[in-house]
Amino acid sequence: MLLDSLNISKQAFAAGTGWEIKPEGACKGDVCIPLNGQSGDTVDVRAVAEVMQMPIAEEPSAGKYALGPESIGGRALVSAKAPELTLPDLDGNPFSLSSLIGQKVIVYAWAPY
Amino acid sequence: MWQELRNKYHDQGVELVTVGLDSLGAAGCRPFIEAASPNHPSLIDQHHVMAELFGVINIPSAIWIDEKGMIVRPAEAAPSPPKENAAPNMNLPDDLPERLVEMMGQASKIKNDGETYHAALADWVEHGADSRYAMSPEKVIERSRPRDQDRSLGHAHFELASHLEAGGEHALAVKHFREAHRLVPESWTFRRQAWSLEPVGEGPLARFWQGPNPESPESWPYEGDWVEDIKREGPENYSEPFVE
Repeated sequence: MLLDSLNISKQAFAAGTGWEIKPEGACKGDVCIPLNGQSGDTVDVRAVAEVMQMPIAEEPSAGKYALGPESIGGRALVSAKAPELTLPDLDGNPFSLSSLIGQKVIVYAWAPY
Repeated sequence: MWQELRNKYHDQGVELVTVGLDSLGAAGCRPFIEAASPNHPSLIDQHHVMAELFGVINIPSAIWIDEKGMIVRPAEAAPSPPKENAAPNMNLPDDLPERLVEMMGQASKIKNDGETYHAALADWVEHGADSRYAMSPEKVIERSRPRDQDRSLGHAHFELASHLEAGGEHALAVKHFREAHRLVPESWTFRRQAWSLEPVGEGPLARFWQGPNPESPESWPYEGDWVEDIKREGPENYSEPFVE
């Protein structure tokens, strides 16, 4: 996820990474990774990133950081539960994959290049 | 053609969600989506969250998800249905540049086993969890793409690059695209995206050039290009085979 600060709200962290910070740790699907000292409303991104093995890329001249996805499991997926995916359509209206629960879904990735 | 497939299976409780991956966002995807006029969700993924969340490394790829929201096949090559595998109609001019002719020649050697893939898809639509093509949760995770810390860092560089590009910082974007390419060498999408942002010529084919401009080859900012890379890796390896 793109960051301009390394101290962000738990809500923003969950929206950007798919990991919810709960009392038991960082949770996604049926997996929870224990964390220490993330009890407030905000997330110390560097501390959590270290536990989750999420490297941070920086562009100092633009004041921007990007937090990589977790690599703790050595695989792109840590859980087979489909992560939430919310993206806009052509008109900018957001659509969430979770709204299709109850149907089989084929998510098809393409590109115009 | 995926839309036809969606319409065929929709009564059996199947929905198709197409996701266009492009740092240019809706502007890049719009002509294609408007031409297809989809009756299913058709989304824009400007910064390639599909790569981070699902491990997409090439397009077209697809992920199958069951009624409970469980992935039953992770991201893998999703060839077009057989018979309809013809090259897209792009109204190619007669005086097509040599490079594009060469690209089409290489592209024709890409192996796409649409028959096997679509037979498996039909089987899953009919039999659901009892289909032998639906994987257990453990197998889904195991068969998703490898991701070590280097690859994860590569994804972070890609995201930074994509945002920088969108913000008009092209030179800075190139620097981070290059890092993404070095750290996630198996991702064709990361390469193709970056190459497509160095268009050559005008019109719809400009983004498909994906290599040095013959008039100023020294200004090409990347290690490889589409033709060089596909020759090195072999067009037969471009799209991985479907494995049960």
